[in-house]
Amino acid sequence: MIASLPPGMILLIGSLLLPLLRGRIQAAWLLLLPALSLLHLVSLPQGNTGEWSLFSYQLTLVRIDSLSQIFGFVFHLAAFLSALYALHVRDTTQHVAAMIYAGSAMGAVFAGDLLTLFVYWEITAVSSVFLIWSSRTESAYHAGMRYLVIQVGSGVLLLSGILLHFHETGSLVFNRLIGSDGQLLSASPAVFLIFLAFGIKCAFPLLHNWLQDGYPQATVTGTVFLSAFTTKLAVYALARGFAGTHLLIWIGLLMTLFPIFFAVIENDLRRVLAYSLNNQLGFMVVGIGVGTAMSLNGTAAHAFAHILYKGLLFMSMGAVLYRTGTIKASELGGLYKSMPFTTVFCMIGAASISAFPLFSGFVSKSLILSAVADNHQLVIWLGLLVASAGVMEHSGIKIPYFAFFAHDAGIRCKEAPWNMLLAMGITAALCVLIGCLPQALLYDWLPFIDTGTGVQVRAASVTPELNFQPYTSHHVVTQLQLLLFATMAFAILVRSGIYPPEIRSVNLDSDWFYRRPFLGTPNGGPSPVERLSTWAQTLRQKTDTHVLTRLRQTEHLVRGFCSACGRQTNSIRAMVVWVSVLLTAYLLFYYLYV
Amino acid sequence: MLAHLPVLPIIVPLLAAPLCVLLRQRRLALALALTVCWATFAMTLMLLGRVLAEGTQTYVLGGWVAPWGIEYRIDTLSAFVLLIVSGIGATVLTYAPLSIEREIRRDQHYLFYTAYLLCLTGLLGIVITGDLFNLFVFLEISSLSSYALISLGAQQTRKALTAAFQYLVMGTIGATFILIGIGLMYQMTGTLNMADMAARLNTSDGPRTVLVAFAFLTVGISLKMALFPLHSWLPGAYTFAPSVVTAFLAATSTKVSIYVLLRFIFTIFKPSFAFEVLPLDVELMVLSLVGIFVASTVAIFQTNIKRMLAYSSIAQVGYMVLGISFASVTGLTAGIVHLMNHALIKGGLFLAMGCFALRLGSTELADMRGVGRRMPITMFAWVLGGLGLIGVPLTAGFVSKWYLITAALEQGWWQVAALLLISSLLAAIYVWRVVEVAYFQSPAEEHAAVQEAPTLMLIPTYALIGASIVFGLWTSVSAGVAHEAAQRLLEMTP
Repeated sequence: MIASLPPGMILLIGSLLLPLLRGRIQAAWLLLLPALSLLHLVSLPQGNTGEWSLFSYQLTLVRIDSLSQIFGFVFHLAAFLSALYALHVRDTTQHVAAMIYAGSAMGAVFAGDLLTLFVYWEITAVSSVFLIWSSRTESAYHAGMRYLVIQVGSGVLLLSGILLHFHETGSLVFNRLIGSDGQLLSASPAVFLIFLAFGIKCAFPLLHNWLQDGYPQATVTGTVFLSAFTTKLAVYALARGFAGTHLLIWIGLLMTLFPIFFAVIENDLRRVLAYSLNNQLGFMVVGIGVGTAMSLNGTAAHAFAHILYKGLLFMSMGAVLYRTGTIKASELGGLYKSMPFTTVFCMIGAASISAFPLFSGFVSKSLILSAVADNHQLVIWLGLLVASAGVMEHSGIKIPYFAFFAHDAGIRCKEAPWNMLLAMGITAALCVLIGCLPQALLYDWLPFIDTGTGVQVRAASVTPELNFQPYTSHHVVTQLQLLLFATMAFAILVRSGIYPPEIRSVNLDSDWFYRRPFLGTPNGGPSPVERLSTWAQTLRQKTDTHVLTRLRQTEHLVRGFCSACGRQTNSIRAMVVWVSVLLTAYLLFYYLYV
Repeated sequence: MLAHLPVLPIIVPLLAAPLCVLLRQRRLALALALTVCWATFAMTLMLLGRVLAEGTQTYVLGGWVAPWGIEYRIDTLSAFVLLIVSGIGATVLTYAPLSIEREIRRDQHYLFYTAYLLCLTGLLGIVITGDLFNLFVFLEISSLSSYALISLGAQQTRKALTAAFQYLVMGTIGATFILIGIGLMYQMTGTLNMADMAARLNTSDGPRTVLVAFAFLTVGISLKMALFPLHSWLPGAYTFAPSVVTAFLAATSTKVSIYVLLRFIFTIFKPSFAFEVLPLDVELMVLSLVGIFVASTVAIFQTNIKRMLAYSSIAQVGYMVLGISFASVTGLTAGIVHLMNHALIKGGLFLAMGCFALRLGSTELADMRGVGRRMPITMFAWVLGGLGLIGVPLTAGFVSKWYLITAALEQGWWQVAALLLISSLLAAIYVWRVVEVAYFQSPAEEHAAVQEAPTLMLIPTYALIGASIVFGLWTSVSAGVAHEAAQRLLEMTP
């Protein structure tokens, strides 16, 4: 019975018990759930289970292979650490939403067919929005609403794509969707729709605004959950369905580059992290686009490492927000005196995301960069180097510098609560351990192998045989040069006063295009949409008067039908007119056709 | 006894109805009506079992052999619809006593039970009979009793009388049209037995009389099933009728009319005549699509939730008719399975509305503020039903939508499939409006003392809503039977 349970189901079902529990017992259950689920996952062998027929379609609820295992494993890790981080929260709604969210993301990773994937896809969307709404502010409500609309929109696209795909191929199995030539343009509309749905969830350029809009509005602990699952689920789906799609290389490169500028001028530090999340996803998307075993392994490794260090950064910023009540760079500074541990953990996260040697980001990003170099993609490689320097700039230095150092804002507060510190500590330790022991902790678990005829997901019995050594003098020196010069640039820019000052501001992103129509003018005037609806109403009134005059002219005809009816029966009159109109129309059609 | 099984679901409630009048005492009448309804449900269950095992059942009334006498004829489709109608009838009546206690005067309770049983008889009769004139008689029995049932809402608001009167006028016009159609058909074939008429009807060169009869029948039935633009009687009737009556009629009455449409198109006239010679498929598709969009849009702007759900019903009728207009096995399956799913979902939703009406004394959206905190169990049922209306996966609504979209794609009409997806968004908007008011606004002060609805009302509500979830996951029964019925209608061997 237990063995046939799909992974993630323990969280989905177990979360329903949370409202019945209180206090410490609830907290213990919250930690126990991911742990139990992880034990369950480890006990499951590879293979397909949970065959289920839903109206004559064969579904595979569970497919366990190396690719889903590595994502499933890191999702469990993230769920456990985030739950530990959120342990002090006394808001059952958040806990339930977070567990359902994590459970459905796990279920999605192990889904063997597209329809099951779609169901979990929608559950992640609906459950995660509660983490944003739980902030219980007006702006969080609206941001959550926009987030939900976009996420559900992605689901609708996915469902449409699945339906078309099923209609074309007669199969719902979720495997490689793109053709062997890797050209998206020659793919069918069904594949394109699915690609678009994945792309929205993966925050492709111009489809990314929900991320920067929603994540910074979520609760302190909610953001940590959010940063782990949604986008990485999309990365998994892309790696499964669209490995080797050439277009993804360019999309990914764009994703690594454009958020840098927004991140540098942004004042809300959690939004800076949201932009940097986007930038890190870009590296993974490039890896998927290159499509060799090494690059795909790089994507999987980077997703693994990224979930941890990005979670760590969001945790440290969350701790700052929790203790000081603000996350604006312009209001923070000098916090290292009050929060020394948080400072250290944040710097470990920053070192990891900037890919310092001996930290986790280095061993995973090197894989992608080397794969790109092996593939002789010089422009892409250079672009990624620029992006790496940018990461150092906005995440590696800016985050810790403005929060914990810079000018002392005079804030004196307590260190973060023990559970936050413990969660950050474990995550930080993992970041360092992976950086120091990449072979045993990461490389031996990577899912893809090159069989000579093509890239495949390896079976459990096959060893990955990854001939990659991150700590060569060449790699280390290149990386250190990059990082040191980036640091120098930052130092010079700040010294000379050219670096954009931290000011309270609103930065325009492409979401302006769909939000502007609903905004009023600064002096309280109507928004374009309101003006449009007023115009439509006037027009309707005009046509109504027009039609009414015409109707009055023919009223004596109508009156003939039911002169006996009183004033109350106007609608009866209208209905009878419709009946006769319809009868005439039907008769006319029938006579014409025969 | 078992030989007479096909006629029992008609005879038992028909005889029990006047008994209720004679009993007068409301508790006795309730006991009788409840027993009869559940017994009827059991009988239809047995009937479906027998039809699935042995094939079509026939019963000759009074020993007069068809085509001269009246014949009852139950195939898979009719057994399926019979089960839905009697199941809803029994569940809703179990819910009724506490609800009508508030909404109907006590001395009229026995009249309510009488009219309810008569209406049930009429609806079951329409489905069970194989005789056209008999069908008209049952149609009148169910219609007249439902006018009476709706007018019982006059205790709450006088508008119920106007609504009932409007429905009476429109229903009578519809019934007259159907009678005219049947009369013309009788003139052409000299028989009233459906099977016999189907065999004798010569549609090859499309005689004028048959065309006129067909036009009268389609318009009459469209009126009875509230297909756009002949829907305007429905919102008033559903809004002002007592909660129980709305739930019962919304879940059964329009569904039975759709059954009648299926009978006429597929059994008597044959799809080759209706869809190939005549353009009925195009007409139905256009009307249903326009109806789906207009009614869903109008629903978004309603301030009374019962009225909003009524407009949503008009849109949902559009979905069923759309499925029929595809004239393929998948399309028909979609139409028939949605007939059942919508009966469960809308029945459950209106029952939940009855709980709100009982506790809040109103079904206005403004009075629902914060009700998610005051009546969490009822509101949760409402949300589940609302998700079904949208067609969210894991609910029955999704199964219907899936079949509909698959059917549209089978024909290559991806535009129709796209429209269907967009229309789900409209449903999401009107469901969301209620959810937002119920959960995200703070409760009104005058409703501070509002309690959860009584358990006796919650159980039937959850029975229907729960069934809609169960049939969203476990589709072999609902979709399986619907599929077989659709194949029978199109005369293909399974």
